Amino acid sequence: MKYYLAHITITLRKAILDVQGKTVENALHSLHMPALSNVRIGKHIELDVHAPDKETAQDLVEDACRKLLANLVMEDYSVDILEPRKNGQMK
Amino acid sequence: MKIGVITFPGSNCDADARYAATVSGHQAVQVWHKDEAIPSDAEVIILPGGFSYGDYLRTGAIARFSPIMKDVKRFASEGGLVIGICNGFQILCESGLLPGALIRNENLQFVCRDVLLRVENTNTPFTSACHGLMRIPIAHGEGRYIAPPEVLERLEAQHQVVFRYVNELGEATKDSNPNGSINNIAGIINEAGNVIGMMPHPERAIEPVLGSSDGMVVFESLTMHVQRAIESTT
Repeated sequence: MKYYLAHITITLRKAILDVQGKTVENALHSLHMPALSNVRIGKHIELDVHAPDKETAQDLVEDACRKLLANLVMEDYSVDILEPRKNGQMK
Repeated sequence: MKIGVITFPGSNCDADARYAATVSGHQAVQVWHKDEAIPSDAEVIILPGGFSYGDYLRTGAIARFSPIMKDVKRFASEGGLVIGICNGFQILCESGLLPGALIRNENLQFVCRDVLLRVENTNTPFTSACHGLMRIPIAHGEGRYIAPPEVLERLEAQHQVVFRYVNELGEATKDSNPNGSINNIAGIINEAGNVIGMMPHPERAIEPVLGSSDGMVVFESLTMHVQRAIESTT
């Protein structure tokens, strides 16, 4: 068993107007940065996963996303599982 | 009738809901979120407004795992009457007892003011005494109701949209919509007709001294519902 580090990103579904992102985009444009657009604001969650392998870790975290971390009515999630450090522990 | 009002950590309208229930002639009882069961003689359960679990993660996302929620689901599945007000509405959506979700207000602001509501369906245990427009306060930052198009279509077709934000003329306009809610939706009911969720606070509008007593009709509707039930059995 190893400790993997999971990086989880949760954003509003594309079909839903992200008013916070829109407001920030307007602010960026008023700072003369017209090259930046389509701002989406979401949440970043990090957690350790105790699992035998990377696939299991991915499954465990995706299950957590579906059950609690994201509300699929309004949000999408993406999960990035990072390899454990050499000593097998994240910390 | 006996109305159980659940107190979650962070609920702040539970006392108001109990007071409104009592003033309208019902018996109100506090139900602690860690309780495993709601009182066996309770006929209505209210999930009150507030900021349960500090709105952590998402509004209502943690409260739905409170021990009492298991019994609330059982109660609702057996036809028990459940009212979710404000944060209670958010909890009902998160727990799957009502469809859709409530997200950040379109103007990104916490809106605290009176709104006008048009009652779209008076054929429910919660709205049978309603007539005309209702002036009731709202106080929320996440009240913009959304649902997938097919769900929304079903809600409208089956008259499950119970309350809509309107102007003085009773028109559901963009200006009368305080939070960007889709189709100006302020409250919905489940398909079975026994679980209702609404963002406005009827319990805060029960006496003229509070600025409005229009919220009283929700509690009066419950009284009518009981009387009808008694009449139908005698």
